[in-house]
Amino acid sequence: MNRPAKYQRVAYYPGCALEGTGHAYNSSTKAVGKALGLELDEVRNWNCCGAMEVKNIDPKLQTYLSSRVMSIAANEMGAGVVMAPCNGCYHNLKKAEHDLAHDASSREVVDRISQKAGHATYRAGQVETIHALDWIKQGIGEAGLKERVKNSLKGLKIANYYGCMYTRPRHIFPEKDRGPGTESTSQPHFMDDLLEAAGAENVDFPLKTACCGGAHTLSDSDTSTKLVLNILRAAEAAGADVIATECPTCHSGLEMHQVRAEKVLGQKTSVRMLYFTQLLGIALDVPPRKLGVHENVSDGIALLREKELA
Amino acid sequence: MKTLEAIERELEARAPDLLALAESVLENWIAARGETPTLERQEGFRLLALHRQGARGVPSFNACRETCREIAYHFNLVELERGSAAAERSRGMMVFLVKHLLLFVSGKMQVEGLGDFCCASRPLRKESPQPS
Repeated sequence: MNRPAKYQRVAYYPGCALEGTGHAYNSSTKAVGKALGLELDEVRNWNCCGAMEVKNIDPKLQTYLSSRVMSIAANEMGAGVVMAPCNGCYHNLKKAEHDLAHDASSREVVDRISQKAGHATYRAGQVETIHALDWIKQGIGEAGLKERVKNSLKGLKIANYYGCMYTRPRHIFPEKDRGPGTESTSQPHFMDDLLEAAGAENVDFPLKTACCGGAHTLSDSDTSTKLVLNILRAAEAAGADVIATECPTCHSGLEMHQVRAEKVLGQKTSVRMLYFTQLLGIALDVPPRKLGVHENVSDGIALLREKELA
Repeated sequence: MKTLEAIERELEARAPDLLALAESVLENWIAARGETPTLERQEGFRLLALHRQGARGVPSFNACRETCREIAYHFNLVELERGSAAAERSRGMMVFLVKHLLLFVSGKMQVEGLGDFCCASRPLRKESPQPS
């Protein structure tokens, strides 16, 4: 089946987290793209998407910051698609796109700041923002992935954890919930589909979009730890060896609070966390080191060895 | 109405009425906002009607929407295959789901007023009340 050419080469917006705590997500995304023949052009001179901090102070400034990234991709690189692997960045770019399409005052603010900053104003619809999951699902698909698998994940039981920002709020993701082949906001499945194509067994995991408490990890660490512990225990009860993640904030939250749950609450859990790109990379026979598996707090290497995958 | 602490204790007890406990969690949230919890049902579940009521005007409360829907789904599975191993598994998952709802709501009640989190829309910098 021919895949849309627009997903074969996309503008890549890693965002701040992928240069810090999510470094392994960055390296594994690039490695998987290379193994699959999908090309990434990093957005030049990109900036923070506005994350949560700027949004709290001035939501329209966040809209501008996200729009600048899309403007560079569209107007300076000629890109039609921007891929953001971080749920926070993906969410913010989609939100900016929605605001610019529907709110005149957002357009006015973005235009004013863009002129002052000396770059072209981003206009809604100039680019399509996608997540890393969309990129692989639309760019290669399950059948294409199956053909390229050299090290099947057979025997590995996975709980797929999407977090809460990949699908919420629904109105900023108009391409979702469009029937067969599209992503669902209530029961997301793109990660399940890809990992199943790589040979893994997905367990029935009811907390796949539940809150991990990531945003109040500093203001209320205890609640965050309890939320994460509940997610980890549910994954273990569902029979999972590993929780697959697709967001650097969720991933580091799960890892850090797993450690904290043991230290502070005396509650030990053994389920491991790996980015879905690390798991796909393993299936594509990319060396674990190139996928940054050794950078994870959660010891994925031991699990991969136990399953004879590394 | 049961307090959140009482609900947490009851969750640890043997064979609690999980659907009723989930409803009690949402009743706490709605009552804390000065409203009377609805007795109506949505899609056959009061839990879903309570969630809709609790999310009115607070978009970020939708972060527990799927948790509520999963509770309803697993409740149906338990009812359909009562006594089976699959029903026991579903019941076990319901415990995690209700616990998550409890933690989410209690956390949200604590941070409400502190500012945005995730997809929240409450402004951080509200005007402080003027001293009288």
